[in-house]
Amino acid sequence: MRFVDEFRDAEKARMLSTRIAALCEPGRRYKFMEVCGGHTHTIYKHGLEDYLPETVSLVHGPGCPVCVIPMGRLDDAIAIAEQPDVIMTTFGDMMRVPGGRGSFYDANAAGADIRMVYSPLDSLKIARTNPDKRVVFMAIGFETTAPSTAMTVLRAAAEGLENFSVFCNHVTIIPAIKAILDSPDLRLDGFIGPGHVSTVIGCRPYEFISREHRKPLVCAGFEPLDILQSVYMLMTQLAQGRAEVENQYARVVPYNGNPKALKVIGETMRLRPHFEWRGLGFIAQSALQINDRYERFDAEKIFDVPGVRVADPKACQCGEVLKGVLKPWECKVFGTACTPETPIGTCMVSSEGACAAYYNFGRFTRERVQEATRA
Amino acid sequence: MCLGIPGEIVEIMADREDFAMVSVAGVKRAVNIGLLTEDDEQLKAGDWILIHVGFALAKIDEREAEEAIRMLEGMGQAYTDELIALAQSDLAGER
Repeated sequence: MRFVDEFRDAEKARMLSTRIAALCEPGRRYKFMEVCGGHTHTIYKHGLEDYLPETVSLVHGPGCPVCVIPMGRLDDAIAIAEQPDVIMTTFGDMMRVPGGRGSFYDANAAGADIRMVYSPLDSLKIARTNPDKRVVFMAIGFETTAPSTAMTVLRAAAEGLENFSVFCNHVTIIPAIKAILDSPDLRLDGFIGPGHVSTVIGCRPYEFISREHRKPLVCAGFEPLDILQSVYMLMTQLAQGRAEVENQYARVVPYNGNPKALKVIGETMRLRPHFEWRGLGFIAQSALQINDRYERFDAEKIFDVPGVRVADPKACQCGEVLKGVLKPWECKVFGTACTPETPIGTCMVSSEGACAAYYNFGRFTRERVQEATRA
Repeated sequence: MCLGIPGEIVEIMADREDFAMVSVAGVKRAVNIGLLTEDDEQLKAGDWILIHVGFALAKIDEREAEEAIRMLEGMGQAYTDELIALAQSDLAGER
């Protein structure tokens, strides 16, 4: 059995599985959202749903930074890249994402210079070594990644670099969770809170979920047992009638986050009035832009950015997948017209996207849970 | 891109502000530690950190690092790609 061979902690997993099953109230169904794409990856890779009773389901949230970028922003990035002397840089995951006019690879084939980098600091280095070029870093990511962009802007300022700028697409997780809580499409019993985002923002920003929505949230680590443990903690809270923010990942996530990371974000960026998310539409104060003090590093101030809205392809149901309303395999084009090799939607591109994760690993069946709990 | 990768600090780079030489999967790379330097605790050689896009996000203990590496190794291609990207980048750069 491939699962058990790969998963060394199967014994502990079985124990948690049994304990979770024991907490289920007869006739009640439970639905938890894992907000973070990293968790989605672990869940599919290890077939964790097979370790949960049939009445407990996990739905995937919007926490994949590549997945939530709307097509219009890609087209905007390409429009910047097409301007004279521009070198556009971005993370590798972005290169294959289809925009309204094709992907970055397509733009390169048509003469643009879009390069993948590992870190925004690599973009800074490209700017230093190409003083006659205008180097733009297309920044994407949640609060996990925003501090790195902020530090890079501060460094560019300290060095007096004039040919470096940021096309800022950083998004913030809390407004997205609020949007999901306010959406009538989905009834959730609780959240598996993101791991790395929480390293930066801490656990306090989630407290509104327990306070105002009376739902529990548990910040979770990325290992299979972390996730099962978190589901167990959520189920325990529900069984005891509690709705609290708990931290299963305390070994990495401080309850108050990383103050220096929050400080540099605050120094260099401010909230946008609104930002479009793929699938979720416009959400108020849900994204960051470079602030006035550092506007000389803001690509949107330097370049003419068309700011067009592009509707997702009709066949693509990434929006429903990102909201947790549809499971990846319920999308009409999943695995047929849309595959990791020829993605139609963003969720099939990034390894953290629910569709790519399910496509790569989702060959598990519910029978496993019986096998697992029998022992 | 969202991966957090553990690395062990080999030395704090005296000549590069905010950088430490870090061993990641046996390869030594410069990593920015500027997001951690406000901690009361000073980072030192032998400490483990969680690295995301070239920046240390958090200090972690060795056991956590081992478990995270074990999990990342199980991820296959995504981890390999991240390591290759890290190995190819030169974050401290010339000034």
